[in-house]
Amino acid sequence: MTLNKHKEALKVAFPYTIPVLTGYLMLGAAFGILMKSKNYSLIWTLMSSIFIYAGSMQFVSVGLVASGFNPISAAIMTLLVNARHIFYGIAMLPKFKGLGRKKWYLIHGLSDETFSILSSVKIPSHIDRAWFLFYITLLNQIYWVIGSGLGNLVGSIVSFDIKGIDFVLTALFVVIFIEQLLTKKSHLLEIIGAGSAIACRLIFGPDNFLIPTMILILILVIILKKPLERRT
Amino acid sequence: MPLSTSQSLIIFGIISLITFIIRATPFILFPDNKETPKYIKYLGKVLPSTIIAMLVVYCLKDVNVLAYPNGLPELISIGAIVILHIWKRSTLLSIGGGTLIYMALVQTVFI
Repeated sequence: MTLNKHKEALKVAFPYTIPVLTGYLMLGAAFGILMKSKNYSLIWTLMSSIFIYAGSMQFVSVGLVASGFNPISAAIMTLLVNARHIFYGIAMLPKFKGLGRKKWYLIHGLSDETFSILSSVKIPSHIDRAWFLFYITLLNQIYWVIGSGLGNLVGSIVSFDIKGIDFVLTALFVVIFIEQLLTKKSHLLEIIGAGSAIACRLIFGPDNFLIPTMILILILVIILKKPLERRT
Repeated sequence: MPLSTSQSLIIFGIISLITFIIRATPFILFPDNKETPKYIKYLGKVLPSTIIAMLVVYCLKDVNVLAYPNGLPELISIGAIVILHIWKRSTLLSIGGGTLIYMALVQTVFI
Protein backbone atom coordinates (compact mmCIF):
# COMPACT_ATOMS: atom_id res chain seq x y z
CA MET A 1 0.00 0.00 0.00
CA THR A 2 1.45 3.35 -1.00
CA LEU A 3 1.26 6.46 1.14
CA ASN A 4 -1.24 7.96 -1.30
CA LYS A 5 -3.57 5.01 -0.88
CA HIS A 6 -3.42 5.48 2.90
CA LYS A 7 -4.22 9.17 2.54
CA GLU A 8 -7.14 8.35 0.30
CA ALA A 9 -8.59 5.73 2.66
CA LEU A 10 -8.21 8.16 5.57
CA LYS A 11 -9.83 10.98 3.60
CA VAL A 12 -12.84 8.89 2.64
CA ALA A 13 -13.14 7.46 6.18
CA PHE A 14 -13.03 10.78 8.04
CA PRO A 15 -16.48 12.23 7.13
CA TYR A 16 -18.19 9.10 8.49
CA THR A 17 -16.59 9.76 11.88
CA ILE A 18 -17.54 13.44 12.30
CA PRO A 19 -20.64 12.80 14.47
CA VAL A 20 -18.55 10.50 16.65
CA LEU A 21 -15.84 13.17 16.86
CA THR A 22 -18.29 15.56 18.51
CA GLY A 23 -19.89 12.97 20.75
CA TYR A 24 -16.70 11.27 21.89
CA LEU A 25 -14.87 14.49 22.71
CA MET A 26 -17.75 15.51 24.97
CA LEU A 27 -18.51 12.16 26.57
CA GLY A 28 -14.81 11.35 26.81
CA ALA A 29 -14.29 14.66 28.62
CA ALA A 30 -17.07 13.75 31.04
CA PHE A 31 -15.27 10.47 31.76
CA GLY A 32 -11.95 12.28 32.26
CA ILE A 33 -13.59 14.63 34.77
CA LEU A 34 -15.11 11.68 36.62
CA MET A 35 -11.67 10.02 36.86
CA LYS A 36 -10.22 13.30 38.13
CA SER A 37 -12.89 13.48 40.82
CA LYS A 38 -11.52 10.20 42.22
CA ASN A 39 -7.93 11.49 41.89
CA TYR A 40 -7.02 9.32 38.92
CA SER A 41 -4.50 11.29 36.89
CA LEU A 42 -4.03 11.71 33.13
CA ILE A 43 -2.05 8.50 32.66
CA TRP A 44 -4.80 6.38 34.27
CA THR A 45 -7.44 8.10 32.16
CA LEU A 46 -5.51 7.57 28.92
CA MET A 47 -4.72 3.92 29.76
CA SER A 48 -8.41 3.27 30.46
CA SER A 49 -9.47 4.84 27.15
CA ILE A 50 -6.75 3.00 25.22
CA PHE A 51 -7.00 -0.46 26.79
CA ILE A 52 -10.60 -0.75 28.00
CA TYR A 53 -12.21 1.53 25.36
CA ALA A 54 -15.82 0.78 26.24
CA GLY A 55 -17.54 3.99 27.25
CA SER A 56 -20.30 2.84 29.56
CA MET A 57 -18.01 0.29 31.23
CA GLN A 58 -15.39 2.97 31.83
CA PHE A 59 -17.97 5.09 33.65
CA VAL A 60 -19.02 2.05 35.67
CA SER A 61 -15.37 1.25 36.48
CA VAL A 62 -15.00 4.51 38.41
CA GLY A 63 -17.88 3.48 40.66
CA LEU A 64 -16.30 0.04 41.05
CA VAL A 65 -12.91 1.26 42.25
CA ALA A 66 -14.62 3.77 44.53
CA SER A 67 -16.53 0.97 46.26
CA GLY A 68 -13.39 -0.94 47.30
CA PHE A 69 -11.13 -3.71 45.99
CA ASN A 70 -13.38 -6.41 44.58
CA PRO A 71 -12.05 -8.15 41.44
CA ILE A 72 -14.91 -10.67 41.26
CA SER A 73 -17.63 -8.04 41.14
CA ALA A 74 -15.56 -6.07 38.60
CA ALA A 75 -15.42 -9.18 36.38
CA ILE A 76 -19.16 -9.90 36.70
CA MET A 77 -20.08 -6.27 36.10
CA THR A 78 -17.94 -6.21 32.94
CA LEU A 79 -19.66 -9.34 31.61
CA LEU A 80 -23.09 -7.81 32.24
CA VAL A 81 -22.39 -4.35 30.84
CA ASN A 82 -20.48 -5.55 27.77
CA ALA A 83 -22.40 -8.70 26.84
CA ARG A 84 -23.94 -6.89 23.86
CA HIS A 85 -20.52 -6.89 22.18
CA ILE A 86 -20.96 -10.62 21.42
CA PHE A 87 -23.75 -9.59 19.04
CA TYR A 88 -21.50 -7.03 17.35
CA GLY A 89 -18.86 -9.69 16.75
CA ILE A 90 -21.31 -12.19 15.26
CA ALA A 91 -22.64 -9.44 12.98
CA MET A 92 -19.13 -8.44 11.89
CA LEU A 93 -17.81 -11.95 11.14
CA PRO A 94 -18.27 -11.62 7.35
CA LYS A 95 -17.04 -8.02 7.16
CA PHE A 96 -13.85 -8.73 9.14
CA LYS A 97 -12.96 -11.83 7.11
CA GLY A 98 -9.47 -11.94 5.64
CA LEU A 99 -8.21 -8.71 7.22
CA GLY A 100 -5.08 -10.30 8.69
CA ARG A 101 -3.56 -8.80 11.79
CA LYS A 102 -5.58 -5.57 11.49
CA LYS A 103 -8.62 -7.62 12.47
CA TRP A 104 -7.47 -7.82 16.11
CA TYR A 105 -7.41 -4.06 16.42
CA LEU A 106 -10.82 -3.77 14.72
CA ILE A 107 -12.17 -6.23 17.30
CA HIS A 108 -10.73 -4.20 20.18
CA GLY A 109 -12.06 -0.98 18.69
CA LEU A 110 -15.62 -2.19 18.06
CA SER A 111 -17.52 0.29 20.24
CA ASP A 112 -21.28 0.88 19.87
CA GLU A 113 -20.68 3.84 17.56
CA THR A 114 -17.93 2.20 15.49
CA PHE A 115 -20.13 -0.87 15.11
CA SER A 116 -23.07 1.21 13.91
CA ILE A 117 -20.90 2.94 11.29
CA LEU A 118 -19.06 -0.18 10.11
CA SER A 119 -22.25 -2.23 9.85
CA SER A 120 -24.05 0.39 7.76
CA VAL A 121 -21.26 1.86 5.63
CA LYS A 122 -20.97 1.08 1.92
CA ILE A 123 -17.26 0.86 1.18
CA PRO A 124 -16.35 2.76 -2.01
CA SER A 125 -14.90 0.28 -4.52
CA HIS A 126 -11.68 2.20 -5.21
CA ILE A 127 -10.71 2.27 -1.53
CA ASP A 128 -8.78 -0.50 0.27
CA ARG A 129 -11.44 -2.20 2.41
CA ALA A 130 -9.19 -3.24 5.31
CA TRP A 131 -7.58 0.18 5.75
CA PHE A 132 -10.89 1.98 5.39
CA LEU A 133 -12.42 -0.03 8.25
CA PHE A 134 -9.20 0.36 10.21
CA TYR A 135 -9.11 4.15 9.91
CA ILE A 136 -12.77 4.61 10.90
CA THR A 137 -12.09 2.50 14.00
CA LEU A 138 -8.81 4.24 14.81
CA LEU A 139 -10.14 7.78 14.32
CA ASN A 140 -13.06 7.08 16.65
CA GLN A 141 -10.77 5.74 19.37
CA ILE A 142 -8.41 8.72 18.98
CA TYR A 143 -11.35 11.09 19.58
CA TRP A 144 -12.28 9.18 22.73
CA VAL A 145 -8.70 9.13 24.05
CA ILE A 146 -8.21 12.85 23.36
CA GLY A 147 -11.61 13.77 24.85
CA SER A 148 -10.99 11.85 28.06
CA GLY A 149 -7.46 13.24 28.39
CA LEU A 150 -8.64 16.83 27.92
CA GLY A 151 -11.47 16.31 30.39
CA ASN A 152 -9.03 14.98 32.96
CA LEU A 153 -6.61 17.88 32.46
CA VAL A 154 -8.83 20.93 32.14
CA GLY A 155 -12.40 19.70 32.56
CA SER A 156 -13.05 21.08 36.00
CA ILE A 157 -11.85 24.56 34.98
CA VAL A 158 -14.07 24.93 31.92
CA SER A 159 -17.75 25.23 32.77
CA PHE A 160 -20.09 23.23 30.58
CA ASP A 161 -22.29 25.57 28.55
CA ILE A 162 -22.86 22.91 25.93
CA LYS A 163 -25.63 21.02 27.65
CA GLY A 164 -27.29 18.49 25.40
CA ILE A 165 -24.41 17.99 22.97
CA ASP A 166 -24.15 14.31 23.89
CA PHE A 167 -27.42 13.93 21.99
CA VAL A 168 -25.21 13.77 18.88
CA LEU A 169 -24.62 10.04 19.47
CA THR A 170 -28.37 9.39 19.85
CA ALA A 171 -28.85 11.30 16.58
CA LEU A 172 -26.22 9.11 14.90
CA PHE A 173 -28.07 5.91 15.83
CA VAL A 174 -31.42 7.46 14.88
CA VAL A 175 -30.16 8.43 11.41
CA ILE A 176 -28.67 4.99 10.76
CA PHE A 177 -32.00 3.53 11.89
CA ILE A 178 -34.02 5.78 9.53
CA GLU A 179 -31.66 5.00 6.67
CA GLN A 180 -32.25 1.30 7.35
CA LEU A 181 -36.02 1.81 7.28
CA LEU A 182 -35.83 3.78 4.03
CA THR A 183 -33.62 1.31 2.16
CA LYS A 184 -35.21 -1.98 3.19
CA LYS A 185 -38.53 -3.38 2.00
CA SER A 186 -39.36 -5.44 5.08
CA HIS A 187 -39.16 -3.80 8.50
CA LEU A 188 -39.71 -6.92 10.55
CA LEU A 189 -36.17 -6.86 12.00
CA GLU A 190 -36.47 -3.22 13.06
CA ILE A 191 -39.81 -4.01 14.71
CA ILE A 192 -38.28 -7.00 16.53
CA GLY A 193 -35.31 -4.92 17.78
CA ALA A 194 -37.24 -1.84 18.84
CA GLY A 195 -40.19 -3.81 20.20
CA SER A 196 -38.00 -6.11 22.33
CA ALA A 197 -35.95 -3.20 23.68
CA ILE A 198 -39.01 -1.09 24.57
CA ALA A 199 -40.83 -4.03 26.20
CA CYS A 200 -37.74 -5.00 28.26
CA ARG A 201 -37.02 -1.37 29.21
CA LEU A 202 -40.58 -1.09 30.59
CA ILE A 203 -40.38 -4.39 32.46
CA PHE A 204 -36.79 -4.39 33.76
CA GLY A 205 -36.13 -0.64 34.14
CA PRO A 206 -33.35 1.49 32.62
CA ASP A 207 -30.34 -0.28 34.16
CA ASN A 208 -30.95 -3.99 33.54
CA PHE A 209 -32.78 -4.33 30.27
CA LEU A 210 -30.05 -4.97 27.67
CA ILE A 211 -29.45 -8.65 28.41
CA PRO A 212 -33.17 -9.56 28.51
CA THR A 213 -33.54 -7.59 25.25
CA MET A 214 -30.78 -9.58 23.57
CA ILE A 215 -32.28 -12.89 24.72
CA LEU A 216 -35.71 -11.84 23.45
CA ILE A 217 -34.28 -10.74 20.08
CA LEU A 218 -32.47 -14.09 19.74
CA ILE A 219 -35.65 -16.04 20.52
CA LEU A 220 -37.70 -13.98 18.04
CA VAL A 221 -35.25 -14.20 15.13
CA ILE A 222 -34.97 -17.96 15.68
CA ILE A 223 -38.76 -18.43 15.80
CA LEU A 224 -39.25 -16.15 12.78
CA LYS A 225 -36.36 -17.60 10.73
CA LYS A 226 -38.56 -18.73 7.84
CA PRO A 227 -40.47 -15.45 7.23
CA LEU A 228 -37.27 -13.44 7.81
CA GLU A 229 -35.28 -15.44 5.27
CA ARG A 230 -38.05 -15.02 2.74
CA ARG A 231 -37.99 -11.24 3.16
CA THR A 232 -34.24 -10.50 3.27
CA MET B 1 -7.27 7.41 44.51
CA PRO B 2 -9.67 5.14 46.41
CA LEU B 3 -7.41 2.10 45.77
CA SER B 4 -3.63 1.59 45.74
CA THR B 5 -1.77 1.62 42.42
CA SER B 6 -1.50 -2.17 42.21
CA GLN B 7 -5.12 -2.70 43.23
CA SER B 8 -6.26 -0.17 40.63
CA LEU B 9 -4.12 -1.89 37.98
CA ILE B 10 -5.72 -5.25 38.83
CA ILE B 11 -9.29 -3.90 38.62
CA PHE B 12 -8.77 -1.91 35.40
CA GLY B 13 -6.74 -4.82 33.97
CA ILE B 14 -9.54 -7.32 34.63
CA ILE B 15 -12.09 -4.99 33.01
CA SER B 16 -9.87 -4.48 29.98
CA LEU B 17 -9.11 -8.19 29.56
CA ILE B 18 -12.73 -9.34 29.92
CA THR B 19 -13.96 -6.62 27.55
CA PHE B 20 -11.50 -7.81 24.90
CA ILE B 21 -12.38 -11.47 25.45
CA ILE B 22 -16.10 -10.67 25.01
CA ARG B 23 -15.39 -8.74 21.81
CA ALA B 24 -13.12 -11.48 20.43
CA THR B 25 -15.24 -14.52 21.35
CA PRO B 26 -17.19 -14.77 18.05
CA PHE B 27 -13.96 -14.40 16.06
CA ILE B 28 -12.16 -17.07 18.11
CA LEU B 29 -15.09 -19.51 17.87
CA PHE B 30 -15.53 -18.95 14.13
CA PRO B 31 -12.10 -18.25 12.61
CA ASP B 32 -11.54 -17.21 8.98
CA ASN B 33 -10.15 -20.56 7.87
CA LYS B 34 -13.21 -22.55 8.96
CA GLU B 35 -16.65 -22.50 7.41
CA THR B 36 -19.00 -20.55 9.70
CA PRO B 37 -22.07 -22.63 10.70
CA LYS B 38 -25.22 -21.72 8.77
CA TYR B 39 -27.07 -20.66 11.88
CA ILE B 40 -24.36 -18.19 12.89
CA LYS B 41 -24.29 -16.80 9.35
CA TYR B 42 -28.04 -16.29 9.59
CA LEU B 43 -27.65 -14.48 12.93
CA GLY B 44 -24.88 -12.33 11.47
CA LYS B 45 -27.24 -11.30 8.71
CA VAL B 46 -30.30 -10.49 10.81
CA LEU B 47 -28.78 -9.15 14.05
CA PRO B 48 -27.31 -5.79 12.87
CA SER B 49 -30.71 -4.30 11.98
CA THR B 50 -32.15 -5.34 15.33
CA ILE B 51 -29.14 -4.03 17.28
CA ILE B 52 -29.33 -0.54 15.76
CA ALA B 53 -32.98 -0.38 16.90
CA MET B 54 -31.89 -1.58 20.36
CA LEU B 55 -29.18 1.10 20.52
CA VAL B 56 -31.71 3.86 19.75
CA VAL B 57 -33.85 2.66 22.66
CA TYR B 58 -30.70 2.33 24.83
CA CYS B 59 -29.83 5.99 24.22
CA LEU B 60 -33.33 7.00 25.32
CA LYS B 61 -33.52 4.65 28.31
CA ASP B 62 -33.45 7.41 30.94
CA VAL B 63 -36.22 9.48 29.36
CA ASN B 64 -39.19 9.67 31.74
CA VAL B 65 -42.42 10.44 29.89
CA LEU B 66 -44.36 10.80 33.15
CA ALA B 67 -42.32 13.68 34.56
CA TYR B 68 -41.44 17.10 33.15
CA PRO B 69 -40.32 17.61 30.36
CA ASN B 70 -42.04 14.31 29.46
CA GLY B 71 -39.51 13.34 26.83
CA LEU B 72 -40.56 16.29 24.68
CA PRO B 73 -37.03 17.50 23.81
CA GLU B 74 -36.15 14.00 22.56
CA LEU B 75 -39.47 13.58 20.73
CA ILE B 76 -39.22 16.96 18.96
CA SER B 77 -35.55 16.51 18.03
CA ILE B 78 -36.03 12.99 16.69
CA GLY B 79 -39.08 14.20 14.75
CA ALA B 80 -36.91 16.93 13.24
CA ILE B 81 -34.21 14.38 12.36
CA VAL B 82 -36.77 12.17 10.60
CA ILE B 83 -38.11 15.09 8.55
CA LEU B 84 -34.64 16.46 7.75
CA HIS B 85 -33.38 13.05 6.74
CA ILE B 86 -36.30 12.12 4.50
CA TRP B 87 -36.11 15.59 2.93
CA LYS B 88 -32.36 15.97 2.31
CA ARG B 89 -31.01 12.45 2.95
CA SER B 90 -27.74 13.92 4.26
CA THR B 91 -26.42 12.07 7.31
CA LEU B 92 -24.33 14.92 8.68
CA LEU B 93 -27.07 17.52 8.19
CA SER B 94 -29.64 15.33 9.94
CA ILE B 95 -27.33 14.56 12.88
CA GLY B 96 -26.06 18.14 13.20
CA GLY B 97 -29.49 19.71 12.83
CA GLY B 98 -31.12 17.33 15.28
CA THR B 99 -28.39 17.89 17.87
CA LEU B 100 -28.59 21.69 17.59
CA ILE B 101 -32.37 21.60 18.00
CA TYR B 102 -32.01 19.35 21.05
CA MET B 103 -29.39 21.65 22.60
CA ALA B 104 -31.58 24.71 21.97
CA LEU B 105 -34.54 22.97 23.56
CA VAL B 106 -32.80 21.80 26.74
CA GLN B 107 -30.95 25.10 27.17
CA THR B 108 -33.75 27.56 26.49
CA VAL B 109 -37.23 25.97 26.40
CA PHE B 110 -37.20 23.01 28.77
CA ILE B 111 -34.81 24.19 31.46
